[in-house]
Amino acid sequence: MTIHATSVKRQTASTLAVCLLLAPLPSLADFPEKPLNLTVAYSAGGATDFQARIVTSKGDEYLGQPVTVINRPGAGGQIGWNQFVSTGATDGYDIAAYNVPHFIAQSIMYDTDYSIENLQPIANWGADPAVLIVGKDSEFDSIDDVVEYARANPGKLTVSGAGLYVGHHIAALQLQQSAEVTLKYLPTSGGVDALRFVVGGQVMAGFNNLSDAFRNQDRIKILGIADLERSEDFLPDVPTFIEAGYDVDDTSLNLRGIMVPRGVDAETVDYLSSNFIDMFQDEGIAEQMKEGGSTLRVMEASDLEALWKQQQAYLTELFAQLETP
Amino acid sequence: MELLHYLPQVLSGWNLLILIGGTIVGLILGATPGLSPTMAVALLIPFTFKMDATSGLILLGVLYTSTVAGGAVSAILINIPGAPANIATMLDGHPMAKAGKATQALYYCFISSAVGGVLGVLVLIFLTPYLVNVALKFGPPELFWTAILGITVIGSLGSASVLKGLLGGAIGVWISLIGFNPVTGTERFVFSEHLQGGITIIPALIGLFAIPQVLQMVEGAKGANGGERFDMAPTSVIKAIIFNLKKVKALVIGSLSGIIVGIIPGAGGQIAGLIAYDQCKKFSHNKDNFGKGEPEGIIAAESANNAMVGASLVPMLSLGIPGSPTAAVLLGGLLIQGLFPGPDLFTQHASVAWTFMGALLISQILLVVCGLWISGIGKYVIRIPRHIMAAAVTTLAIFGTYSVQNSFSDVIIMMSMGSLMYFGMQYGFTPGPIVLGIILGPIAETNFLQSQMLAQAGDGMLRYMFGGWLNILLVSLCLLSVAYSLYASWQARKTRQRATPDHRVQVHPEANHDAH
Repeated sequence: MTIHATSVKRQTASTLAVCLLLAPLPSLADFPEKPLNLTVAYSAGGATDFQARIVTSKGDEYLGQPVTVINRPGAGGQIGWNQFVSTGATDGYDIAAYNVPHFIAQSIMYDTDYSIENLQPIANWGADPAVLIVGKDSEFDSIDDVVEYARANPGKLTVSGAGLYVGHHIAALQLQQSAEVTLKYLPTSGGVDALRFVVGGQVMAGFNNLSDAFRNQDRIKILGIADLERSEDFLPDVPTFIEAGYDVDDTSLNLRGIMVPRGVDAETVDYLSSNFIDMFQDEGIAEQMKEGGSTLRVMEASDLEALWKQQQAYLTELFAQLETP
Repeated sequence: MELLHYLPQVLSGWNLLILIGGTIVGLILGATPGLSPTMAVALLIPFTFKMDATSGLILLGVLYTSTVAGGAVSAILINIPGAPANIATMLDGHPMAKAGKATQALYYCFISSAVGGVLGVLVLIFLTPYLVNVALKFGPPELFWTAILGITVIGSLGSASVLKGLLGGAIGVWISLIGFNPVTGTERFVFSEHLQGGITIIPALIGLFAIPQVLQMVEGAKGANGGERFDMAPTSVIKAIIFNLKKVKALVIGSLSGIIVGIIPGAGGQIAGLIAYDQCKKFSHNKDNFGKGEPEGIIAAESANNAMVGASLVPMLSLGIPGSPTAAVLLGGLLIQGLFPGPDLFTQHASVAWTFMGALLISQILLVVCGLWISGIGKYVIRIPRHIMAAAVTTLAIFGTYSVQNSFSDVIIMMSMGSLMYFGMQYGFTPGPIVLGIILGPIAETNFLQSQMLAQAGDGMLRYMFGGWLNILLVSLCLLSVAYSLYASWQARKTRQRATPDHRVQVHPEANHDAH
């Protein structure tokens, strides 16, 4: 936009004109007058779906309308998000659950329809670090054990994760880079499948969501967290990778929240953002989230906008390094 | 027995009302052509959010059971399966209905559903801890072979020729490749933006079965009152029950197949009915009657479908892996009610788990009662004038397809596939093998690619795909299944040649039953 010598008068005039143009549209007092459609790009029962259903369960109370979840799983979320940007309406009724860094990483590595250019954050509800897990009967008891095996047997250590270029994959790539080993990464169709392969012994280790791993501790050992700090609430005894001496930071931290396609008018965005933030902080919801082993981390739209940009820059650099070792 | 402790709660006043209401609503929604059980459960789940945990879980349990059984009603009466699970029911159910025995067909269907259903739930209640370990043994190579085993069923699906059946299956597998590759994340065959999300099973199922049926109805309606008309002779319920329970072999084969297929995580409980039908046919003395109205076909298929319901909850409740799309939707509802899948389900969440299982068990019994009652209404359904029926089915098909993912692309896909299928049917193709290909294609492909990656890290492809007793067992079953089909068709040809040299090939009734 280039505006030359804008006088205050002119600005007022244009604002007025915009207001007049918007006038025939239903006023915001009526929004929302029908249920909101929440696209979840993962299968029902996975961590994202599970949490999305909990945190949006009080739509009636906070938005005046319920939120209906539509699962469009596949290819680590690409199918659902592509569908969302290509068919999602910009009237504020079509919202989607995002997973950072997944969707940003995919938009860098693949020819996707979506990117941070055409998606806009509304509110963040959770943060789920990637954890390194092995089966209960595994010979590995620490991150070092896993790395040692991988060093002795290059390319033989199989590691499952929820798909390509998702947080789990990024954590695996970072471990590979910092420990100078080669892992065999197996992308699956979701966190639940990735976990099943670890429990069933089809793979030797896996990266998975802390929340899913926490609920399945009877069957697995959790060896390390890819975050800056330990998870005091859930796994106070599990060390971070950095403590163990590996440069695997919180880039793979799976942030989950709500977004809309860009083009939704600012008033609606503000309305959604403030009400979703209130809903996420609801006592009942917070309790349900904690029961399921999920950390609640509420962030507002402006902070997220900055964080997305930062991730975009960092991941572009990380992938460039990985491609040219 | 902890279950007995929670049963009174399930059966108390308000909850009993939910049980009965849920069964009837579930049966009707499941029976509505174009509305898949998945859709029916998805539609009704929001109601459970407002209920307390006990009532919500009861409604979920009863819905899961009754919608699966309801899908058989439209399969029998109007030749459109409510879900992939009901394709096998249709193969013999509809010919029976056309022979004036629709009431018997519906009775057998509900009685067998209940028998299989109760067995499935008992397996869930008593054997879960043991079966979880079996379920966990199914890795990529095992699942790949399971999918291949499913594909070998095509020979029994009643195409005019085995070759056309296999060709249909291949087309189905190709259709399933459209869209994103789940393991590599690349796009394939997406030459229209409508295909971006791939072709999913519900639009394909509705299109392939309902649309050709509608077109045939229209064809028949043109010649004033012509086309498919059949009566429904009333029949004794007691006689039907006795007859049904005497078919021990079909019931056992059906229930066992259903339980086994249900336990395998992610193998698609949707094919339980087809596998059971195939097995029952192979073990039967009167194979030639299958596809022409053989009660054993219905009994095997329906007992398998409902045995699968309980068994598929074994991997779902203990590992969180839903075995079918309906189970996946159900899982969402269960999570909201505080039923977290996991090993601690029966200890930490005992009250929730047992209430849900109690509801499942009781709903299997209510299913027969309500089902037998609903069978009586069936006669009104078949008296509906054909042009009205055609319009109603089309409306429901469009509505049902759209609402699965709120996607209009799906409606376009459904309509196009249906129209093409109509012409395909004129050349002797049937929709069954194509749907089977669409269901099993992605399972086979994903697991093959994953096996390949894991084999590279291990001992190589040959050792990985054929190693271990489970792989050897599955590969042997595949080989046996194919060998048996070949042997049977060779045997049939030989007897036919010897007996009546001019015997004409029996054209499958589905292909052109309205053409006269």
